[in-house]
Amino acid sequence: MTIREYIELVFSDYTLRTITLGTAILGAVCGMLGSFAVLRKQSLLGDAISHAALPGIAIAFLITGAKNGNTLLIGALISGLVGTFWIRGIIKKTQLKSDTALGLILSLFFGFGMLLLTFIQKMPNANQAGLDKYLFGQAATLVEADVWLMGIVMTISVLVLFAFWKELKLLLFDVDYAKSLGINTIFLDILITSFIVLAIVIGLQTVGVVLMSAMLLAPAAAARQWTNSLGIMVLLAAIFGAFSGVLGTAVSASSNNLSTGPVIVLIAAIFVVFSFIFSPGRGLLFKEIRYWKNRNDLQLFKTLAFMQNIAKTHEDISHPHAIKILNNFQGYTKRSLKKLESREYITVAGGMWAMTQKGFDKATNLYNQQENTYD
Amino acid sequence: MREDCAIAVDDLTVAYNYKPVLWDIDLAIPEGVLMAIVGPNGAGKSTLIKSILDIIKPIAGSVRIFGKPYKQQHKEVAYVPQKGSVDWDFPTTALDVVMMGTYGSLGWIKRPRQKQRKLALEALEKVGMLEFKSRQISQLSGGQQQRIFLARALVQNASIYLMDEPFQGVDATTEKAIINILKELRKAGKTVIVVHHDLQTVPEYFDWVTFLNVKKIATGPVKDIFNDDNLTKTYGINYKVSVQQ
Repeated sequence: MTIREYIELVFSDYTLRTITLGTAILGAVCGMLGSFAVLRKQSLLGDAISHAALPGIAIAFLITGAKNGNTLLIGALISGLVGTFWIRGIIKKTQLKSDTALGLILSLFFGFGMLLLTFIQKMPNANQAGLDKYLFGQAATLVEADVWLMGIVMTISVLVLFAFWKELKLLLFDVDYAKSLGINTIFLDILITSFIVLAIVIGLQTVGVVLMSAMLLAPAAAARQWTNSLGIMVLLAAIFGAFSGVLGTAVSASSNNLSTGPVIVLIAAIFVVFSFIFSPGRGLLFKEIRYWKNRNDLQLFKTLAFMQNIAKTHEDISHPHAIKILNNFQGYTKRSLKKLESREYITVAGGMWAMTQKGFDKATNLYNQQENTYD
Repeated sequence: MREDCAIAVDDLTVAYNYKPVLWDIDLAIPEGVLMAIVGPNGAGKSTLIKSILDIIKPIAGSVRIFGKPYKQQHKEVAYVPQKGSVDWDFPTTALDVVMMGTYGSLGWIKRPRQKQRKLALEALEKVGMLEFKSRQISQLSGGQQQRIFLARALVQNASIYLMDEPFQGVDATTEKAIINILKELRKAGKTVIVVHHDLQTVPEYFDWVTFLNVKKIATGPVKDIFNDDNLTKTYGINYKVSVQQ
């Protein structure tokens, strides 16, 4: 199936439409909430939570014998939350650093989950097949009810973000200050963490335990590159996430049913790489360009300063001087003279140059930090 | 405990992992003073401020703000944290940070509006940062970031200001600008408490001082208690500063 056939199919084929819508919503929710994880420097938290959800899925299956999505998701939710609060507990009660606590819970829960999965696979029960889809995800198994669930989670998340926007912003930027204003930061912390857990759990079926954290982090990391406003960052992360979901589903469906989770994550990674290189404010490319531009400007200003020294010797600063005088100075080229002229710092006429008032002022203020910083 | 104090600290003890950081602190800070808290590194200066602000829970003792617990009084208190305590690469602007000072007086859901914006702009002007209002905060110098934090506290229009090392890493001009604002606050009847490191400037800047080194060494008017004896007790070495009064 080519991409074009796929696009036609999205509008006609019910299954594909369901899957596309599902991955789009999932990407948006994850991008939105992932921004909070990234800005709180809890990038690893998502990874720990998703891995911690695995034993919950297995135990839910062992207890109920059901393979239906929602039962297993409740198991995932419970063990994800248990893992999260254990992590918080370890950080609070012991002197271990948070990365140690996260790593510990991640491997412990994942190991236990894998153990249970292999145990289930050896059981004489044909029903067990398919649990391992939670490792890498299988978007093809999404049904309309799943998409509804995702839609509800997204709606509630958006409402919560709206209601607690300024408090959440304070929580992210300056927790102690938030506390001093009488804001209940523990409640906010639990609230936002719970929603992150929820977003992860509803994504497990599609993206899988192993790669789920990338869904949280990649869109947020990409979005951070483009803006200096929290609101726009969250919005952009949601958009990037949604596009990763849609494009990932398209690619995986059009090329021999490649596993959807990894493809979505790879697309999200492309967003990240593109943003790191091409974003105007923080991107590597523009940083490099600015660096060279600044270097050239400095070279130009050196020439200007030299010219000012000559101009100073006359009462009238606009007194013309021969261009030849500048030959003694290395910074002089025809191009730099043209540039200075185009900026109206000097005038050039018939082998002579003369300084303008503007150029003179500029040269005087060259080292004035207040005027030049960060412009 | 005196009820007419701006801040009354009673038998306050704080410990991190069994190690006491503050030991049995009694402190009565009268209203309208400009007070320095001095003491060596690890003396518990920041911890004392955070305990007053109810950010750190003590294992014993109590703190009263104008005779009531902090929870009921948080609108009376403004806090200037250490500059290094936040990530300045956070996606926000100088004006936005200053607006955070209005969040405490707004309820849930409510957004800051024109009125809050005006207050924030006024505060920015007061600290001489108006022209930087739209700048991303990572592109401010250390002194400018400190002034933004000060402006955020000014917006709160509180009665008590608690500041954790507001002079850290700022140049002489900014230090003068900040101290002038602090003196103005005192003139307006506010109580200002500052964690301070430069002992030389204590007599010039402050009228009240607390010596702290896990225990409270002394507290009172600078002219009465800022002497070599208390400095030696606090810093443990034989301290000599020339105190001009």
